Amino acid sequence: MTTVERADTASSAVGTPVLAVRDLSVSFTTEGGTVSAVDRVSLELAPGEIVGMVGESGCGKSVTAMSIAGLLPDSARISGSVRLEGTELVGTREPVLRRVRGKEIAYIFQEPMTSLNPVLTVGRQIGEVLRVHERMSRRAARARAVELLSLVGIPSAGKRVDNYPHQLSGGMRQRVMIAMAVACGPKVLVADEPTTALDVTVQAGILQVLRDLRDRLGTAILIITHDLGVIADIADRVVVMYAGRVVERAPVTDLFAHPHHRYTAGLLSASPTPGVHAGTQRLQEIPGLVPVLSTQPDACTFADRCPAADATCRESAPPLAAVGAAVTHHLAACWHPCPAPRTESPEATP
Amino acid sequence: MARYLLTRAWHSALTLLLSTVVVFLGVRALPGDPALALAGEDRSPEALEAIRHHYGLDQPLPLQFAQYVERVAQGDFGESIRTGVPVSSMLTTALPVTVELALLAILIAAALGVGAGVLAAVRRGHPAEWLANGLALVGLSVPHFWLGLLAILYLSVATGLFPASGFVPLLEDPVDNLHHIVLPAVILGTGLAAIIMRQTRSAMLDSLSSDHVRTAKAKGLRPRAVITRHALRNSLIVVVTIVGLQLGGLISGAVVTEQIFGLPGFGKMTIDAVFQRDYPVIQAVVLLTATAYIVINLLVDLLYSVIDPRIRVTGDPA
Repeated sequence: MTTVERADTASSAVGTPVLAVRDLSVSFTTEGGTVSAVDRVSLELAPGEIVGMVGESGCGKSVTAMSIAGLLPDSARISGSVRLEGTELVGTREPVLRRVRGKEIAYIFQEPMTSLNPVLTVGRQIGEVLRVHERMSRRAARARAVELLSLVGIPSAGKRVDNYPHQLSGGMRQRVMIAMAVACGPKVLVADEPTTALDVTVQAGILQVLRDLRDRLGTAILIITHDLGVIADIADRVVVMYAGRVVERAPVTDLFAHPHHRYTAGLLSASPTPGVHAGTQRLQEIPGLVPVLSTQPDACTFADRCPAADATCRESAPPLAAVGAAVTHHLAACWHPCPAPRTESPEATP
Repeated sequence: MARYLLTRAWHSALTLLLSTVVVFLGVRALPGDPALALAGEDRSPEALEAIRHHYGLDQPLPLQFAQYVERVAQGDFGESIRTGVPVSSMLTTALPVTVELALLAILIAAALGVGAGVLAAVRRGHPAEWLANGLALVGLSVPHFWLGLLAILYLSVATGLFPASGFVPLLEDPVDNLHHIVLPAVILGTGLAAIIMRQTRSAMLDSLSSDHVRTAKAKGLRPRAVITRHALRNSLIVVVTIVGLQLGGLISGAVVTEQIFGLPGFGKMTIDAVFQRDYPVIQAVVLLTATAYIVINLLVDLLYSVIDPRIRVTGDPA
């Protein structure tokens, strides 16, 4: 699944980005002190682009996603900038953000059972977005909900619109979530682990729906996952996060062909590759755990788990710098980037 | 749905029949002979025999029971031993008082409890939450009768804002009726309000941190819509359960409250009947209370499926 056959169509941030995140930092004040969740994260989404954000649990992916539309609780302290078509969102007043949420920036969450309200029909829940943002009548919103349900591939949408979430399968529920998210034709769709709770066959269907929507509506999609297979399947570009920082950013083919950061390389070798790991080779795990940081140190946060770490890594944080050929827009934050392309994924070599 | 209702009706009838048996036997198992109590001074065997015959007490128990059930089914609860007034006419005057008192108490308790509970959950950590929690603690710990006495002392006797006792039927003068019954209803509702507040608060806290509330926020809904449509509605099931369960407590609370405020209700009638060993009245009261319980339980169960579509009553296609 981690191989990539798609031609490098990655629209590597050419043109004006619809969403630009600059030096976004988020920390939380908890009873046990301050926790730094996200440290100076930057990323851009071009219209119609699908960017994958990958990393282990607790690396700050979801916090980054939630902070884009200001959905974090009050205990979060946010600095940096999030611009939607040039308009700053960080620090913006709540009523203004409410007009952005659901209309310009929409979300899909991991668990479609709990993310939908169990006591309202799916039609009502989809219609709610339209009634708030498009000021539609109840009747018009319902009619539009039916259209949206068929758009995301739900059969007999006219009947399903009156169903409650518990009457639908997991895949159907996630399609409902997607229908709800795209109801107002958002410019940016943030999908936080959209396929994690689903069967593999259902996953493929959901990813296809997302791709279709990108093609039809030109929505930019930020897809957050810990599944490299999903990234390889759908993303144009990849952002790899570790302990709250972006450690590598590259077009998807490039990243899989030649990961520069040691952490990315570790992630890739921890995922099975068909034909290579077919029962012969043991998967390589990364020793240790993602650290929980109260402050961001001036050092590589991966140093303690990295086979190539030395004194430099522990004394100063590596900057996110261009690596490889300039045309590839491949960035990595590593003092000792991996030298050679991985040999064990031959299909991925361009 | 129809099948469910039929099953429930059958179960309810069975429960009622059983409670009738228990009450009937219970009253007869009590020490003392009603004939002796009724006879007064004239305790000649002939007089006793006449009384027993008049009340059918000389017949075998199963036959007495059958006759009792037959009469009750026709709405005839017999006559009060003390006053000779038909029990059914006593009920028609007393019951509306208690029903009004209880309904008003529930309304007040639900409005106060749900409102304060939502406020405490939404304004978590703010003074509003402490105030709501503090009031709930007071409402839970202070007994009705004491609160009632205080209310009479300060709101009736000292200031004359409310009448200290008495009752005016609703149909006679609605305004005066409310004036008489509001204070007892508030006093009766305080405990329930406190319980509802605590339960609403914790259910709302759960609900507010749930995934679907996050979705609602991500949709760009106003806080009011998020709180009422998405958080409160899912918390209501707890409130309905609590109200259903607490109605028993409310009835016994009503007994005390009516006594304090001198309301001519069901509660006062019960206490008088017990003190005077007025068996037909006690029988009727217990039977009616049992019926009320059964009906309320059924209503609560039906309300569940209205609030939460995942709870389907059996017999309904899934």
